[in-house]
Amino acid sequence: MKKKLVVIGAGMASGRMLEQLFDAAPDAWDVTLFNAEPRGNYNRLMLSPVLSGEKTYDQIVTHDDTWYATHCVDCRFGEPVVRIDRKNRLVYSNSGGAPYDALVIATGSAPFIIPVPGKDLPGVVTYRDLEDTQAMIDTAGKDAVVIGGGLLGLEAAAGMAARGARVTVIHLMGHLMERQLDPAAGYLLQRDLEKRGITVHCKGATKAILGTDRAEAVLLEDGTVYPADLVCMAVGIRPEVRLANDAHLEVERGIVVDDALRTSDPHVFALGECVEHRGQVFGLVAPLYDQAKVLAKTLLGEAAIFAPVQTATKLKVTGCDLFSAGDFADAPGREDIVFRDPGRGIYKRLVLEGDRIVGVVMYGDTADGAWFYGLMKDGTDISDMRDTLIFGPAFQGGAAPDPMAAVAALPPEAEICGCNGVSKGTILDAVAGGACTLDAVRACTKASASCGTCSGLVQQVMAVALGGEVQDTPVGMCKCTNHSHEDVRRLIRAMGLKSIPAVMQELGWKTVGGCHSCRPALNFYLLAEYPLEYRDDRQSRFVNERNHANIQKDGTYSVVPRMWGGVTTPAELRAIADAAEKYGVPMVKVTGGQRIDLLGVRKEDLPHMWADLNAAGMVSGAAYSKGLRTVKTCVGKEFCRVGTQDSTGLGIKLEKLMWGSWTPHKLKLGVSGCPRNCAEATCKDIGVVCVDSGYNIVIGGAAGMEVRETVPLALTPSEDEAIQIILAVTQLYRENARYLDRIWKWMGKVGLGWIKAQVVDDMENRRTLVERFEISQSVYRRDPWADLSTPSETPKWAPLADLTLEAAE
Amino acid sequence: MTIFVDIGSLDDIPAQGARVVRTAQGCVAVFRTADDRVFALEDRCPHKGGPLSEGIVHGTFVTCPLHNWVFDMNTGQAQGADEGRVRTFAAKVQGGRILIDATLLRRSAAA
Repeated sequence: MKKKLVVIGAGMASGRMLEQLFDAAPDAWDVTLFNAEPRGNYNRLMLSPVLSGEKTYDQIVTHDDTWYATHCVDCRFGEPVVRIDRKNRLVYSNSGGAPYDALVIATGSAPFIIPVPGKDLPGVVTYRDLEDTQAMIDTAGKDAVVIGGGLLGLEAAAGMAARGARVTVIHLMGHLMERQLDPAAGYLLQRDLEKRGITVHCKGATKAILGTDRAEAVLLEDGTVYPADLVCMAVGIRPEVRLANDAHLEVERGIVVDDALRTSDPHVFALGECVEHRGQVFGLVAPLYDQAKVLAKTLLGEAAIFAPVQTATKLKVTGCDLFSAGDFADAPGREDIVFRDPGRGIYKRLVLEGDRIVGVVMYGDTADGAWFYGLMKDGTDISDMRDTLIFGPAFQGGAAPDPMAAVAALPPEAEICGCNGVSKGTILDAVAGGACTLDAVRACTKASASCGTCSGLVQQVMAVALGGEVQDTPVGMCKCTNHSHEDVRRLIRAMGLKSIPAVMQELGWKTVGGCHSCRPALNFYLLAEYPLEYRDDRQSRFVNERNHANIQKDGTYSVVPRMWGGVTTPAELRAIADAAEKYGVPMVKVTGGQRIDLLGVRKEDLPHMWADLNAAGMVSGAAYSKGLRTVKTCVGKEFCRVGTQDSTGLGIKLEKLMWGSWTPHKLKLGVSGCPRNCAEATCKDIGVVCVDSGYNIVIGGAAGMEVRETVPLALTPSEDEAIQIILAVTQLYRENARYLDRIWKWMGKVGLGWIKAQVVDDMENRRTLVERFEISQSVYRRDPWADLSTPSETPKWAPLADLTLEAAE
Repeated sequence: MTIFVDIGSLDDIPAQGARVVRTAQGCVAVFRTADDRVFALEDRCPHKGGPLSEGIVHGTFVTCPLHNWVFDMNTGQAQGADEGRVRTFAAKVQGGRILIDATLLRRSAAA
């Protein structure tokens, strides 16, 4: 009599195993096959083409009725197994039992459901089987949200977009597919998806799925709401081990199997995504097919050993070409070889350890992926070809990557010289007309004839036209790039670059993650350019701006709450005194900006102290920021016998409008009520000196390493107009100055006359500048202390672990 | 062979950031790079004692927040014209957990 084999789960792994078994010994086993889905084995990997409409279900069926009949398989489809009785070797479904001599558990994996309110609403699906796929196909013309920007989530998103849905992808991490891709490749992928109309929201944590009878929208922790007729959760999978658990088999993350794929019970085997082998679980198909081969042999009594090999990942989204393989984690002593071709959207990165490749990431051009993968798998010594390795097997002495590619790719209408409104096309015409020196181009187009900061870019445009004769290119903003600050800023604008990885990729950065000099600058340029879209990157900020306090030489911090216009109250002073005592502040000092500094605060105390100060109504004074610091005032005509205007009131108004704003460098204001100038307004970045007839606005002062007296910008009889001019000049400075230039330095480059023309004479321009300032402030007029002292953020300020405690035991 | 001790989840450290671990041998800065590698370095710049854990992380380098000395996290070696080295400790990620050299549980022989 034939022995009885029962298989739980008709997926790809068990299907392959049965094929191997029937090929080798057609009559060895009587097979009973249970499956929870009401159908047999189909190619789950092909669900994405079904979703996108490139294939139909019939085309992806692996085993049809005829196949099962030919091999006399007793099919129990749509009949989930509910219990395994190991003692009597029986499995039970709700319709009866089946005896076994050998049992194979192939229950696969279950999608991970994030535990948020609304997760059980109709309209919330995973991406696992044909039912899910059908639900997603039905979203055509509707709103869909995919939670999870990994492999599966992106395939779901692309598929629904191809069917005509409006799709948003919400991803918890900073960039897509962070397990397979680094930030640069993640950026390219995001860009390609956005080109297909998919909205991508990174660093997005889902708070709830909203809806009464069914899903209607998704709410994020940051308050964003996306409409959703359908929500697809694709945040990950975990091995489906419930049956094995109930049967008391050994289970860790997955069902534990040995090299022969036997579980802790010698009559029970397991394979596929539900198993754990030597601490590893599996999600890709290649190792599962290897398991199928091994298990078929085991069942036929032959010796076989399962040994997993490294596998590569490819995304199955038509038009998004990416390849990722190997290991990017662990181990010091690794080096990177990076190749970027901004013009063609190509990024390649090899991770080397000694003379071997240990990791490969490619985007845009993955033709050499298999070759690199082969070198990696074989552990080939690449030292001989290291210099040219990144160019692939076909390399025959080809050219080095072209840093001018970004400039060459600009359209003719792209503006090169902002002062004089000269486009790339105009410069090219001038060159074609015979102007082949910078002076000649300047003379006939006025490009770079005003502030001169675009000289480098003008020369690069000329170089593109003249064929590579670059002379006197100014030094780059740092060692990571040849582009100057001004050029980077213009290119961010002209090319619509909206993230740090985007800038680094498109402008051909020479390093992997920039440096301490360019990252804060890029972060500022991006948030100034795209206040609503760009999210401030804390990790690209200098310590003081990241921690919202000033670091002192011993690693403690100083805390300065805001005092609007230098005015405080007994209650605020009491709260400051309480905080100073509670946290043992060693020094309390009055600052030059008319407020109080608490010096020597330990990092882990910061969020607690902030919460206390917040409770008393105080916010961060931003005494650490390249942004609005203080507005120093005198008492003005309210009290002073010689005061001419309400200088205190104006100072408070300005501070309430401008607090929280980021600027290229620190921005200090002063408002004096009369020319005696008690608020020292004439050495501030922007000052107001009140007179009987109105308000004298002065700019460009400094009292630091450089001491500068301000110069007059405008005189106006109206307080309201004074405020408008000050906001406009601040915005003009934000939009145009180089990072870390104070106003006086910027003014030296563009000229006071130009600034006056923009914000004093041109009323329409003033109005739009103020409008843009206010748009930005709608995001940044917000207290960072309140955001960083929440119950979830507070623990992050303390050490991660304290090993001294364990050592003492 | 290095013996490791678990100090927390990889998610506890922001990418391109660091957290401090107190040890019997002083504070250790545990860094996470943009591509999820981890490095453990003494949290003290040899120049003026700045906390490296508060520096900007770029590639496998970190810049001291006090005076911009740059260190290679692989070796602890100061870069460019600056001369100096910080101690490094073995660190790795396994199953989403961060493991560091367990000898940090003990006081060093010299201490």
